[in-house]
Amino acid sequence: MAQRAAQTRRETLIAGMASFAAAAIAPSLALADAAAVEAEIKKLYGDRKAEAGRIKLDVPQIAENGLVVPINVEVESPMTAADHVKSVHVFADGNPLPGIVSYKFTPESGRAAASARMRLAQTQNIICIAEMADGKLFTAKSEVKVTIGGCGG
Amino acid sequence: MSNKPTPRVRVPASAKKDEIIEIKTLISHEMESGQRRAADGKTIPRKIINTFTAAFNGKVFFEATWHPSVSANPYQSMFFRASESGEFAFSWKDDDGSVYESKAKLTVA
Repeated sequence: MAQRAAQTRRETLIAGMASFAAAAIAPSLALADAAAVEAEIKKLYGDRKAEAGRIKLDVPQIAENGLVVPINVEVESPMTAADHVKSVHVFADGNPLPGIVSYKFTPESGRAAASARMRLAQTQNIICIAEMADGKLFTAKSEVKVTIGGCGG
Repeated sequence: MSNKPTPRVRVPASAKKDEIIEIKTLISHEMESGQRRAADGKTIPRKIINTFTAAFNGKVFFEATWHPSVSANPYQSMFFRASESGEFAFSWKDDDGSVYESKAKLTVA
């Protein structure tokens, strides 16, 4: 009888833990996709076309810990008053929200480069779009494979 | 982490004229994404630092907008072209309206 009761307690405990885990994981199920990123870019720049090139997007190919993934963006530019990078937006297509960071640069920046750390929920693409002072747009994309996701959990 | 966020900034103390210097910043902050749920199933409300600005002698030269996918204890580095001696002012704006600030001096030889 005593053994039977112990089993029941254990089962209850396991069931409790499982529901806690489910509650913790559930929010990460609603993820953005490539279309959400395109919609964000369209909101910013409308139908303007972006070319490839000039952006050096430095992210790891494989990120073991999705909670802290280094990201370094650099855009080639002389950074003078006439020719500089105005802004850089970074998006991810597999996180709950598509936006990661947006930077505004000025000629005083000297170099249009910045690095930060981001959270990634799963393996996904990082998309970067830069706007120049003359209105030209450049874009770059890179995939990061995530071993352990860093959202919701 | 209910402690007040502490900013930390690394800036060279001096630079040559027109030298491009790197500035590294770090601030302790949980950056609660608003995506997580507590054990009772309720969503933990979002509380992040949404804007970081770097200014020199009162003029903003770099601004970053952070979204919830920025990691906890956010790190940000950027560059600056040294033109004259003066003072940097860095500020972090929190969702709850608080502003955290840090200052650093630069001497241009």
